[in-house]
Amino acid sequence: MAERISLLEAVEKKEALLEPGVYFMQGNIASVEAALIAGCRFYAGYPITPSNEIAEHMSRRLPQVGGVFIQFEDEIASIMALIGAAYGGVKSMTATSGPGFSLMQEGIGCAFMIEAPIVIVDVQRGGPSTGLPTLVGQGDIMQAKWGSHGDYEIVAYLPSSVQEMFDLTIEAFNAAWEYRVPVIVLTDQRVGQMIEKIEVPPYEEIKIVVRRKPEVPPEEYLPFDSRYLVPPMAAAGEGYRFHVTCLTHDDRGYPTTSHNISRKLVSRLVAKIRENEKVIGRYESYLADDAELIIIAYGITSRAARRAVKEARREGLKVGLFRPITAWPFPYWGLKEHVDRGAELLVVEINMGQIVRVIREYYNNITKIHFMPWAPGEVPRPSDILLKIKEVYPR
Amino acid sequence: MSSLRVTTIRSEEVKKLLRLERFPHIWCPGCGIGTVVKCYAEAVLKSGIPEEKHVVISGIGCAARAPGYLKLDGLHVLHGRPIPVAVGLKSVKPDLEVTVISGDGDILTIGGNHFIHAIRRNDDINVILINNFIYGMTGGQYGATTPLGAITTTSPYGFIEGSFNVPYLAAALGANFVARWTPLHTKELVDAILKMFKVDGFAIVEIVSPCLIYGEMNNLPPLEMLKLLKERVVIDHEADLSKIDIDLRDPKKPIVVGNFVNRVKPSYQTRYMEIIKKARGGK
Repeated sequence: MAERISLLEAVEKKEALLEPGVYFMQGNIASVEAALIAGCRFYAGYPITPSNEIAEHMSRRLPQVGGVFIQFEDEIASIMALIGAAYGGVKSMTATSGPGFSLMQEGIGCAFMIEAPIVIVDVQRGGPSTGLPTLVGQGDIMQAKWGSHGDYEIVAYLPSSVQEMFDLTIEAFNAAWEYRVPVIVLTDQRVGQMIEKIEVPPYEEIKIVVRRKPEVPPEEYLPFDSRYLVPPMAAAGEGYRFHVTCLTHDDRGYPTTSHNISRKLVSRLVAKIRENEKVIGRYESYLADDAELIIIAYGITSRAARRAVKEARREGLKVGLFRPITAWPFPYWGLKEHVDRGAELLVVEINMGQIVRVIREYYNNITKIHFMPWAPGEVPRPSDILLKIKEVYPR
Repeated sequence: MSSLRVTTIRSEEVKKLLRLERFPHIWCPGCGIGTVVKCYAEAVLKSGIPEEKHVVISGIGCAARAPGYLKLDGLHVLHGRPIPVAVGLKSVKPDLEVTVISGDGDILTIGGNHFIHAIRRNDDINVILINNFIYGMTGGQYGATTPLGAITTTSPYGFIEGSFNVPYLAAALGANFVARWTPLHTKELVDAILKMFKVDGFAIVEIVSPCLIYGEMNNLPPLEMLKLLKERVVIDHEADLSKIDIDLRDPKKPIVVGNFVNRVKPSYQTRYMEIIKKARGGK
């Protein structure tokens, strides 16, 4: 057998990685280049529009850095293969869109339960079902949060530009390996397939999280050591002889039906994210400080909303923008000061009402929450949003 | 039919590979899975590959509990999905010897798609498929290897679908190594598993195994099943695989076992080394 090029060697030398500088690049491609810089060395996926550029680019780029690409028979195999690679200690990623994301849901639950760090890029298209394969949608927000069964927490980023496809893919790997969880880059067809300027910063400015390895001898190692919020992770073949399972398990990774252990396990698993929601959760505000109406929009929609805000300001309306950068955990705290001083809210998203439900959960009966649903297939134009602003603007 | 054999690995040595703190195990009296686990453990000890380089992966079901009793790196994952997990791990850690131990429902029924494509790709993994003809853990529903006419909790009037002939299927798909044995053939099974470890590519052994749940519904309790196997097993390494489907009802039909296929064809993982070389400009 030929000798495999050391993965570590390629990472250390940053060999064949995209060099720091300014590029004109597609969002999906930027996500691949970011993943490679983050240390991703395994990709498993199944073709689906509009995410295909990611698989195609990965198939070309991964072997150049000593990584492995496999196009699997379906999305179920793909997500499970990521778990296998993660337990080999290797950073792994897949990309998909709505229908494939649905097929991955059981595996996402498995990754959460077995604490396997993996990254999934969901390039959202129009739904429901096969829907509009080539056109934009933002209908997977709730699927990302609730798509798998049982109690779990997810981290999902909402890039709104090619630059953020790059930056947030790296952050997604960092969050996955920091908390040993599956992480979603929840982008959309427009952001994924648009081409615009990005800047790759010097490598020393890019923070990269690596696996926290066990520091105890194998006989003392517990794969789910509950003395830690996030237990150190052994990789297969390192001599720790771990057993891990998607069944409810104790610290040793052995199945149990004990209610007490179930309580402790599920509490710790969700606490990994809940206790760190303000560390992980992110948002950006634009002209929000004095706004009487704040638009809440994310992904591609936030760019139309930003333009609408500018135009409304030009017409003397005090309108601002709140852009969640993470869908989950949702950065609800970033709205509080504005709501407290009486600002009303207008949610604009390319679905029939998903993030608006989260806004209602936190701010119903505290301020007025307006909603502009938008069917998948097109991004609302700034003029569409401006019309809605004028309709609901508080007087 | 071979008689009982004395193996060279002592039980005490095998015990060191078991998570004894988890005993008693969950398997019914008369079940064949325990014997297969012992054979696998013996093969690991004899393999010459360091124990920490062996990884065992399973999905859901009775047989899938095997990794939980083995003191090796082990992953017990979703129903039907051990093969892709094994492929992912083997692809990034080619120095590991990755073996899937699971049942017919897990590997062939819900996981059938992964089974056929892993063989087509020729992924470098070993699959120990324990075929007990039924979903034992969930109470006795039929699956893709249930024999025609069998009574199960979901075929109370008799099973009419038809079943996979596992070696024929695996060989047709191009598997590098294909074998079938029973829990009565411990030496042959250990040898087959040792051969599988040496194969670069997909290797599978089917173990025709007695099941208390199946036996209760089909007048074939484990001891009777073992007697049936003893009477009807024929070892034929050169068998025409198209004719070795299992019919438990027909007393004249032999149950053919053997090491049927052992061919050399580079695995996906080996071929991918060439891809890496090509992508790096021959470096």
